[in-house]
Amino acid sequence: MTAQSNETTAYTEPGIKGMVSDWVGDKQVFDMPWGKLMMWLFLLSDTFIFSVFLTGYMNVRLSATDSWPNTSEVFALTIFGSHLPLVLIAIMTFILITSSGTMAMAVNFAYSGNKRVTVILITLTAILGASFVGMQAFEWSKLIEEGVRPWENPFGAAQFGSAFFMITGFHGLHVTGGVIYLLVVARKVARGDYDKKGYAIVEIVGLYWHFVDLVWVFIFAFFYLW
Amino acid sequence: MQNVAIADQTVELHDPQTFITKYVWSQDHKVIAIQYSLTAIFVGLVALVLSGLMRLQLGFPDTFDFITPSSYLQFVTMHGMIMVVYLLTALLLGGFGNYMIPLMIGARDMVFPFMNMLSFWVYLLSVIVLMASFFVPGGPTGAGWTLYPPQAILEGTPGSDWGIILMLVSLAIFIVAFTMGGLNYVTTVIQARTHGMTMMRMPLTIWGIFTATILGLLAFPALLVSAIMMLFDKILGTSFFMPALVSLGENLDYSGGSPVLFQHLFWFFGHPEVYIVALPAFGMVSDVLATHARKNIFGYRMMVWAIVGIGGLSFVVWAHHMYVSGMHPAFGFFFATTTLIIAVPTAIKVYNWVLTLYRGNIQLTVPMLFAIGFIFTFTHGGLTGLFLGNVTIDLPLSDTYFVVAHFHMVMGVSPVMVLFAAVYHWYPLFTGRMFNEKLGKAHFWLTFLGAYAVYLPMHYIGLLGVPRRYFAMGTTDFIPESAFTLNASITVSALIVGLSQLIFLYNLFWSLRYGKPAGHNPWGATSLEWQTPDVPPHHGNWGKELPVVYRWAYDYGVPGVEQDFIPQNHPVTDAEHTAGEPEGSKA
Repeated sequence: MTAQSNETTAYTEPGIKGMVSDWVGDKQVFDMPWGKLMMWLFLLSDTFIFSVFLTGYMNVRLSATDSWPNTSEVFALTIFGSHLPLVLIAIMTFILITSSGTMAMAVNFAYSGNKRVTVILITLTAILGASFVGMQAFEWSKLIEEGVRPWENPFGAAQFGSAFFMITGFHGLHVTGGVIYLLVVARKVARGDYDKKGYAIVEIVGLYWHFVDLVWVFIFAFFYLW
Repeated sequence: MQNVAIADQTVELHDPQTFITKYVWSQDHKVIAIQYSLTAIFVGLVALVLSGLMRLQLGFPDTFDFITPSSYLQFVTMHGMIMVVYLLTALLLGGFGNYMIPLMIGARDMVFPFMNMLSFWVYLLSVIVLMASFFVPGGPTGAGWTLYPPQAILEGTPGSDWGIILMLVSLAIFIVAFTMGGLNYVTTVIQARTHGMTMMRMPLTIWGIFTATILGLLAFPALLVSAIMMLFDKILGTSFFMPALVSLGENLDYSGGSPVLFQHLFWFFGHPEVYIVALPAFGMVSDVLATHARKNIFGYRMMVWAIVGIGGLSFVVWAHHMYVSGMHPAFGFFFATTTLIIAVPTAIKVYNWVLTLYRGNIQLTVPMLFAIGFIFTFTHGGLTGLFLGNVTIDLPLSDTYFVVAHFHMVMGVSPVMVLFAAVYHWYPLFTGRMFNEKLGKAHFWLTFLGAYAVYLPMHYIGLLGVPRRYFAMGTTDFIPESAFTLNASITVSALIVGLSQLIFLYNLFWSLRYGKPAGHNPWGATSLEWQTPDVPPHHGNWGKELPVVYRWAYDYGVPGVEQDFIPQNHPVTDAEHTAGEPEGSKA
């Protein structure tokens, strides 16, 4: 609180000095649209949700009295006679990470004003996301056929099924919601709804999408690989 | 709206057209705040009645046939959960947060009014689901407000059929509602302050609400996840929290779960929740004290950093609620240490409130009485917290009435005292009329002295070792006859305090109609919410142009000016600069 009327600009210098001047000034602290900041805050909160899910899963894995199933065997597929551990998850992960790439390109094209390519890329992202959910549904039905239930499974500790369905289910809901969100944004971009307001919304939905991917990487590492 | 240093929001405002959009599906933060407050006060009254029923049983056992051991446990559970989550959190953040944030920082509304409206309606849904549990077979859950598994979902606990499911679903819905509101509050404070309103010029009310909302956004996820996991344990038969156990002579299907995991998750939410309630109260009481003592708040910067520090520390103390669950001594040591460290910023705040009063021009108005009452009750509750933070002292006291007295003093009575102070203080702003002073004072003395009549003896019977959550004490050797007499006296006091709240309600409604017109700024307050062109403020708050802020919110008792205060939106005059200390050094 040094000067009476800080002449503020939207852009400040980088580093700690810039951060301090952003926080002490009479201006928006973050040089971004309100919706984008709100998405960041939501994702921070959502990070805590997934962290608690994963912490809870690790805790029950330790407390379970039966032995934990060997995940690379449970999630193996036999394709054309060859036995491939974790193959489906590898493909799913690859698809989801690819969709992050198409999303990033969509943001780029949105800001450069190329509506047609933006719509195509967002739709492509949504299709990749939908195929991820489809493969997850396949994985679920395969495990359910083999007798895995939330309350029991033939491979070992009951908590394996509980944690699996809960965590992948919650993540799958996030992906499904994201696909719907993407399609809504794609339609509005195509209609030209954002010509006046600017295309920050594409970046906002992109933030959400990248977050869902990032969470998947952690689920992949902690649930499937461990 | 992009890349604007200060955004004026007129395009986003959606002026109300009809009665429905003005009062029912309203996107105006002030209407939403009042909707939130009325709903919260309604459920709060339900919880107050429940506490009265509990006290009747404890004070006069074997007298009331309609209170069975099961229904007693249900009263305890619902009283606790409603008071903490559905009354205090909703009223302080949904009610006061909504009303105060845009007005105090000079914004026209929350940044996303539609989502703000949705937040209230989802909150209302959670309240309806919760209230529905009174009408389902088996009644509401009687698991205690902490809902510890395994007992919470096992047969034998009242409400284990439907009550617990509705409770968990209602909590999950509440968290969705809170998240929608909370994201709005934080974004509004960070991005939508008016010209001149730097973070370090915000009134402490805003600092308290802002920090508490961040705590909520980070703490509620733990409750959401544990609610989901417990729902699965109950409905699907998973074993997240359920070990192998025998119930009513039968081996259950559960095995290998961890009940202590639930306690960790619950208290990782539960302890920050204490400060989600306390921090807005700290902030509001600071503003009430400064205004009515006609003196700047002592150590504004220190107060801000104390709020932020308490908020940060509140995430690393949760296991002090679990000493009796057993833990490694090193963890006990760690959590006892962090718990005691929290006393430092808290003590700074108490000293600063007292120093604000020191040599102030104290106006003993009703809000001021409640604010001073808060300093007493909070100091008492805080001091017993120092005892309980130590593992060795906590172990024998943990399941006694001493703990009940402690947390009611510190997070029951104290925030409620501030809420009363705040309602009386801002009533002229909400309604444009003054409340009745005499009724207000009667309400204060009955509530303040009554609270002590209830909780001081409760500390004593706690030290005697009277256990809490018991339906009846029975005849145990170590409990002397006098404890029964004290319990009866506590019950009588509690009923008097409960009934005296009717004075408050009567005053609210009577003054709405017959109160003196308050006019602009009846307390001579400096902060922006009193400087609106209309009282009560209209939709959009500020007329044509946003206010401009030139100073902090505490220029009271300024020498050499006409009135003894200077509102935040008055430019600094040359005379002020030459009169003495430069403006910049004050805060």
